[in-house]
Amino acid sequence: MTLSFNHETCSGCRACELVCSLQNLKIINPSKAMLRVTARFPDPGIYEVDICNQCGACAEACPTGAIHLVKGTWRIDMKKCDGCLACVPACPENVMKVDDDGMPYKCINCRQCVEVCPRDALSFN
Amino acid sequence: MLYGYAGHTLRIDLSSGIIEKEPLKQEWVDEFIGGRGFTAKILYDETPPGADPLGPENRFIIAMGPLSGLFVPAAGKTHFAAKSPATGGYGDSNMGGHFGVTMKYAGYDVTILTGQAKDPSYIFIDNDTVEIRPAGHLWGKGSTAVEEILKNDLGQEFQILTIGEAGERMVNFACISHDFGRQAGRTGIGAVLGSKNIKAIAVRGTKDIPVFDPKGLLKKGRQTYAACREKPGFKGWTPEGTAGITNWCNDVGALPTRNFTTSHCDYADKINGKAILDELKITDKGCFSCPIPCGKYGVAKTALGNKYVEGPEYETLALVGSNCELSDIHAVAHVNWVCDELGLDTCSAGAVVSFALECYEKGLISRDEMGMDVKWGDLDSIVYILEKIAKREGIGDVLADGVQKAAEKIGGDSAKFAIHVKGLEWTGYESRNAPGMMLGYMTADVGAHHSRCWVLGSDVANAVGGNQDANVHDLISQGADFEVIPKADHKNVVPLVLKSQHLRPAFDILGTCRLQYMEIGLETHYYEELYYHATGKKLDFDKDLLTLSEKIWHLNRMFNKREIPDFGRKYDYPPPRFYEESIPSGPNKGHLVEFTVIEEMLDAYYAARGWDSNGIPTKETLEKFNLAVE
Repeated sequence: MTLSFNHETCSGCRACELVCSLQNLKIINPSKAMLRVTARFPDPGIYEVDICNQCGACAEACPTGAIHLVKGTWRIDMKKCDGCLACVPACPENVMKVDDDGMPYKCINCRQCVEVCPRDALSFN
Repeated sequence: MLYGYAGHTLRIDLSSGIIEKEPLKQEWVDEFIGGRGFTAKILYDETPPGADPLGPENRFIIAMGPLSGLFVPAAGKTHFAAKSPATGGYGDSNMGGHFGVTMKYAGYDVTILTGQAKDPSYIFIDNDTVEIRPAGHLWGKGSTAVEEILKNDLGQEFQILTIGEAGERMVNFACISHDFGRQAGRTGIGAVLGSKNIKAIAVRGTKDIPVFDPKGLLKKGRQTYAACREKPGFKGWTPEGTAGITNWCNDVGALPTRNFTTSHCDYADKINGKAILDELKITDKGCFSCPIPCGKYGVAKTALGNKYVEGPEYETLALVGSNCELSDIHAVAHVNWVCDELGLDTCSAGAVVSFALECYEKGLISRDEMGMDVKWGDLDSIVYILEKIAKREGIGDVLADGVQKAAEKIGGDSAKFAIHVKGLEWTGYESRNAPGMMLGYMTADVGAHHSRCWVLGSDVANAVGGNQDANVHDLISQGADFEVIPKADHKNVVPLVLKSQHLRPAFDILGTCRLQYMEIGLETHYYEELYYHATGKKLDFDKDLLTLSEKIWHLNRMFNKREIPDFGRKYDYPPPRFYEESIPSGPNKGHLVEFTVIEEMLDAYYAARGWDSNGIPTKETLEKFNLAVE
């Protein structure tokens, strides 16, 4: 099961970013969310949401083997992570985030974005 | 810790270039909560009495509320205020989108611009970095181009607001544009920015907003989004948004048509929400955190080219559509695009163009003065007049000051059909048989704007029976099929008007959009609970918030008294058309609002407000609300 996005219904409200930061980081700050709404205006006039689809590119790039698969979700073992951030540029969706201490964090499939999205633009497939 | 707020005021003096960041005043928070509470307080306190609206002394204020930017449905409204060049009194306007929340993420609840930049400039804000930068390369450009240039230069994550040519030339109904289609349109707020030589503001904000109880806010936020989903209007109202009310307004005889000559047209089906979905729409375009996006983004295709445009929303359909007799949805959308690019409020622009077309038809503006043979319902004519206005060329320079001042110059009987109150053009609800709406428009602090009061559903119920408190989705769902609508009773409208005049600003104070409440009926207790989790403070929506709305009402009335030398009752009268000419067609045929009724309603309204017979708050009223103003 991975997160997927349907731009046909997204209206760009960013409720997903809000709930992501509040659920996982206990803060109000969309810029720190583990997904990103991008507006493509004026042309072609659509929204896109960059999401972690659990492709594993981050794990492949990780030199310490800190990123491992747990029930279909790539998780970072912070005991093994040395903060080299090789995973960050490796992410094709650019949603491997870096916290204020310089350590990486990523989507853990908490599904709050799917539950809150008022447009049903996010789903698990 | 001030929870729910970013915690700072940003002050920028454009004359000296001094930029100061100071803690948000506790006094403002305690007494006025946020948003439009802040703008009313600051404008009264800080604008020097008698300031020229287009001079350096006027303040340009941007304010957010305690719920702005939080995990709350539709918490994306940005409030702007200044002394209005259109009315000479209190002016404000708000817009959705993502600008204000980004200001808050950058650390600023309130921003106050003073002075005047020497040269065309834009303001750059990247969290703590604030700079006044040259904008010569942006001057003269349309809103789309400015947004594209600044986003390409600075980064796509920057949120931009801009004025168009109309703002640069200080047209009295110049707007602020943002996010490729959102506007703060009313009271000439864009002209004030233009007078300060500010073409645009670009902001990036990446900071946290501290909240009292993150866990509680998460839980209540989820519940509130879920509650929105449960409302019938969530699925019923959202697809067409505000445009969905067009047919209902026409069917109840309230659709402004031909410069408010009548209130019904026979082509509403061609310019309604369904026409937008069928002909224009590419995507729903929502504001920040909004679950019911009213924005419909699409392409207008006319002989003048294909143009991307957000809208038209209902007000544009009414004022650019039927009020200018423009019956093609692509043509209305094209005019919407022209207004957005030039930086003109579509409400006032439609009203001014329809006024000009009537003046021309009656020979009060000659063919030579107009420069071309203009006609009702003709796209080329409408675009021509709008471009003249934005460039202040010829007759456009006269019209650029709005219908009230234009009528003074044009003369004849044009003042009778200059449809405004206090100098601000009337919006999309013809009210000759809607006494509550009429009174709401008459007494609004900013002039004839529905944002302060909307009781059309109650007025219709008053005339034909039905639920006085139905939300907009319910009204549309019920439909309206009337051959003839009896005269609405004006006797008991004051309590309904007061309730609406206090309810609607309440959302502006909190920093949310009111449409969740107004259109689909989300209950107010959700806002009380969200406010508590955000700020740690209890708020009783009715007792606390509506009382603050009332206080602001008195304060803004006193601002108008201070700034407009002979301000009083005569500024609350509607235009003569509404009490001298009966509606000639449609379900409200034969109705007008008698002048005796206007006087009777004003007497009752002033008494209920605690104002004297000239409409000025009494000393006792001001004391009761702890307002030390004169």
